Amino acid sequence: MAAAEMAVSRPTPDRLVVRVSGPWRMATAVPDARQVEQALGQAPTPKRLSFDAAQLEAWDSSLLVFLNQVAELAAARHVDVDRSGLPKGVERLLALASAVPEKTDAKAKIEHPSMLTRIGTATVKFAGGAGDFLAFLGLLVGAFGRLFIGRARFRGSDLILFIQQAGAEALPIVTLISFLVGVIMAFVGAVQLQKFGAAIYIADLVGIAVVREMGAMMTGIVMAGRTGAAFAAQLGTMKVTQEIDALTTMGIDPIEFLVLPRALALCLMMPLLCLYSDAVGIIGGGTIAHGMLDLSWPVYFNELFQAVSLTDLVGGIFKASVYGVLIALAGCLRGMEAGSSAAAVGDAATSAVVLGIVLIVSACGLFAVTFYVLGI
Amino acid sequence: MADAAKPTPAAPTPSPDGDAHAEPRLAVRDLTMAFGSFVVMRDLNFAINRGDIFIIMGGSGCGKSTLLRHLIGLIEPAKGEIFYGDINFTRAAPDERERLLRGVGILYQSGALFSSMTLAENVGLPLGEFTSLSPAEIREVASLKLALVGLKGFEDYFPSQISGGMQKRAGLARAMALDPDILYFDEPSAGLDPISSRNLDNLILELRDSLGATIVVVTHELPSIFTIGTNSVFLDADTRTMIASGDPKVLREHGEPKVRRFLTRGEDDAEATAAHG
Repeated sequence: MAAAEMAVSRPTPDRLVVRVSGPWRMATAVPDARQVEQALGQAPTPKRLSFDAAQLEAWDSSLLVFLNQVAELAAARHVDVDRSGLPKGVERLLALASAVPEKTDAKAKIEHPSMLTRIGTATVKFAGGAGDFLAFLGLLVGAFGRLFIGRARFRGSDLILFIQQAGAEALPIVTLISFLVGVIMAFVGAVQLQKFGAAIYIADLVGIAVVREMGAMMTGIVMAGRTGAAFAAQLGTMKVTQEIDALTTMGIDPIEFLVLPRALALCLMMPLLCLYSDAVGIIGGGTIAHGMLDLSWPVYFNELFQAVSLTDLVGGIFKASVYGVLIALAGCLRGMEAGSSAAAVGDAATSAVVLGIVLIVSACGLFAVTFYVLGI
Repeated sequence: MADAAKPTPAAPTPSPDGDAHAEPRLAVRDLTMAFGSFVVMRDLNFAINRGDIFIIMGGSGCGKSTLLRHLIGLIEPAKGEIFYGDINFTRAAPDERERLLRGVGILYQSGALFSSMTLAENVGLPLGEFTSLSPAEIREVASLKLALVGLKGFEDYFPSQISGGMQKRAGLARAMALDPDILYFDEPSAGLDPISSRNLDNLILELRDSLGATIVVVTHELPSIFTIGTNSVFLDADTRTMIASGDPKVLREHGEPKVRRFLTRGEDDAEATAAHG
């Protein structure tokens, strides 16, 4: 197959002729405009530039790009361009491309701010984000207040639906994760404890770790990924479809109508899920104790019940309720502040999970210190 | 027709003919709309009379929908005021605003139906919140409103189960739930085929005549503008202000060149170019 070719000739000192021939296709290599640039640069500068396309076989945008470059080079040197030698279609497309003058201020300015500027911007943004979070928390507390005096407006059927979604429907995944966490902890502990011949203490280890920390935390992380993301996506979509605007203009507070039932459902379900997760985690640990260390079930449970106090259990469940509030806050906040595009909904869901997990882990650290100081 | 169900005391006053146009129902004074330091539109001044079908028109992205969002209080003006009758909406307390907005119905661009509720529940929601009707009566009113927009029998459908045009009509039924005397339409014909769009125009005319409602429509659909519009404002993106107001049919003949170009789809230009080329 013949290749795209280009030749520059100068029949008279005033006139430059660019001859294009062969098939010009984007799929194959085409000549660039460097040769024309050189020819234009030779003194004396020609006055006219014309084209000869008699041998041109086929063309697509590759030819247009080339000719556009030639036209710009010529314009920069004040050389007249005569397009009459080109095929009619090419001529018209080139005229169309140059019909509207370039908008010089339209190109996005790419700025590279200094390190200090970036740190400053990030700090201001973080402070603003923290402010938004506190403001949202305040609105939610207000809504809870109206709930307790019986003046909150939301649909009971919504609450029941969210309780189902954040409760019963979360059981399979909570079962799986909690069981595995119990198994992993027992396994890691068993290897070490066997060396001391202190295998019986596996029950203490699993019991205290699961009931005090892991049950609440794993449930929290599962729910942040599952329900927190769902809340953010639901509210974000409502923002995109203007449902939230519609509620506002109807005089119905979206915080009360949309956020309150979701937060309430999580607050009610998290302690129950945590209790369930504790039980499943203990059974997971027990299977390792039974299978690897040959402890009988009654011995395992007996040791466990002596090690774990009611305070541990209540403390764990209390933490779970707090995590529930945090997950609901993160999910609903990110949903309500989502932008108005489809991509924004995805961002909101991702951001809700990240924020939820960060809040849970931070709260967990805070609880560890507080409980230690209080001697719980 | 809609008189069968009139739960609010604020019954709309039908405007028999032209002389009801004396008192402005809504007035915008020196309004400047801005996002931060970016001014969208400045110095907007216009009044909407009772019984008008008022068109907010202008090119794409010039701030038509933003103006609508200002009129219903979803965005605060950077400067200037909006009056409902003689009450200053911009300076009003939240309670007062809520009361004023209860006399207003809004059809959002996408319908904005609550996706977790059936059509009857959607229409019934404002009735349940702001009237003392029993659930059975609410259902009756919702059915009637849905029948008015041609959706009789669709009470128990969810928004996702019906077409875009039907969602829009259901959105209109919800906007009419509390018998508002001002109805806002944000791009009502966007995404509708020509026949559905025409039917919606007829419905808008019917509502104005039967309920005596004042209607504000954001659109750039020329057929709609000329079929229903009795008054209008033209927003210009280049100068960032309004450059014309009045009856669109008059503006087409005697308006500024820029407005005439818009209202004739630039056909004056095309003829000029054809003559030269």
